[in-house]
Amino acid sequence: MNSLSNPGKWEKFFWPLLGAALLLALWHYSVIWTATQVFPSPLSVEKGLAELLRKHLLWADIGDSLRRVALGFGTAAVIGIPLGLTLGWYPAVNQILNPMFQILRPISPIAWIPIAIILFGIGDHAAVFLIFLGSFFPIVVACVSGVSNVPSIFRRAGRNFGLSPAQVLARVVFPAALPQILIGLRIALGIAWLVVVAAEMIAVDSGLGYLVIDSRNSGKRYDLVVAAMLLIGLIGLALDIGFRRLEKIRSVRWGFGHES
Amino acid sequence: MSTEAVTTFPVRGGKLRMEHVGVVFERDGKTVSVLEDINLDVSDGEFICLVGPSGCGKSTLLNVMGGFLWPTTGSVTIDREVVRGPDPRRILVFQERGVFPWLTVEGNIGFGLSQLSRMEREERIAHYVQMVRLQGFEQTYPSDLSGGMKQRLQVARALAVNPDILYLDEPFGALDSITRLIMRGELLRIWQSERRTIIFVTHDVDEAVQLADRVVVLSARPAKIQDVLTIDIPHPRNISSTRYLEHRDDLLKRIGLAYTA
Repeated sequence: MNSLSNPGKWEKFFWPLLGAALLLALWHYSVIWTATQVFPSPLSVEKGLAELLRKHLLWADIGDSLRRVALGFGTAAVIGIPLGLTLGWYPAVNQILNPMFQILRPISPIAWIPIAIILFGIGDHAAVFLIFLGSFFPIVVACVSGVSNVPSIFRRAGRNFGLSPAQVLARVVFPAALPQILIGLRIALGIAWLVVVAAEMIAVDSGLGYLVIDSRNSGKRYDLVVAAMLLIGLIGLALDIGFRRLEKIRSVRWGFGHES
Repeated sequence: MSTEAVTTFPVRGGKLRMEHVGVVFERDGKTVSVLEDINLDVSDGEFICLVGPSGCGKSTLLNVMGGFLWPTTGSVTIDREVVRGPDPRRILVFQERGVFPWLTVEGNIGFGLSQLSRMEREERIAHYVQMVRLQGFEQTYPSDLSGGMKQRLQVARALAVNPDILYLDEPFGALDSITRLIMRGELLRIWQSERRTIIFVTHDVDEAVQLADRVVVLSARPAKIQDVLTIDIPHPRNISSTRYLEHRDDLLKRIGLAYTA
């Protein structure tokens, strides 16, 4: 039973930890061997992290970043899900709006920065707007395709049991499309986390993105730059893991190919 | 036993009546005639099997009866009322994947019961869980059920809204042969205790002869009714008796002719 495809419990943690340790060692010795004056070693990053924690600034930055993501992503979900469901439900409307979405979708939210600043000035609103834009389109697209992929058998069964069109949408189409909608939300959340860092480098003076750019600008503290980068990675991972837990909910689990 | 009532029908017709039903599809600018001049009278409580070559339009006919599809010509009337759309009084059971995967067994059976009070609904659900023998699986999701259990669940969901007609579209077609045999017995047991009119589409001759009061044989496309066979053997039918085998051979012969025509 104990093979590579079915590792023991300790192996599940051992190999990734070993990999991380090797990478840290490689980083550590590369810094020493190249005698670089700019790039920080893991130890100085760790010290930088401890310094940030001591100053209590870090928690405020993390809180600000998370708050912006929550606002931008939340607004995108609140507007995007009903809109996507409607577009999927009325293919005629979708045909009218879809080309526009397809043009807007590949535009990086970063490209919107000048327009965000014209509209909202420098500040929180601009950052939230960029996050909203980044997560809005993936959510809408996931909802449209989720609804149009609902097997016609389910809709027919819903009509057969006497449901009105609104009831078919609420009791059949929405739950049937929910797994795909969740996938779209997860992708959107990942994008939102990417965008918040970029937005904070330009539009505001707090948050993890600001921490990165500010550490570089005020005194070339690359130990703090890398510490902030690592934090961004860890929090992004935590958000993703947290969101994936939703896939385990029984009423959507069927859509994720989990074995019973 | 109610076998006598099952086998003798003094009056034909009365429940469901199809008159000159025809369906023509438009496809790539061409018109394809799928059904032509279908005339059939079904009595209350009767078990009808529709057989015919695959692709001949059996499912189309079922969709017309169920109100999902308007006939191009002719009409379907149930209790002297023209069918104008799907209706909870007649439920269509699909071949597979018809149960809702996001609902438990209980949730599926209770799907059409939102108008009932909570207590009535729970009673109804418990009754049909029992009837299709899914006790102990009330909180289970369809992904954890076998194919046969899912079809039993679909039948229970249909019966729970108290329909007077059940349309079954090859309901056991995706099951293995042993499960299929068991399911036929279960369906007969349910039919005998609940007395619904059943229209059952199948391509399985044995299934038709074992289940039906009458077997309606459709021809190749455009489908017409080629034959109607009455199977007057009381239930439960001994599937190795000479009478059964005679009926089966007769049906096979007629379908054979249908295929070569």
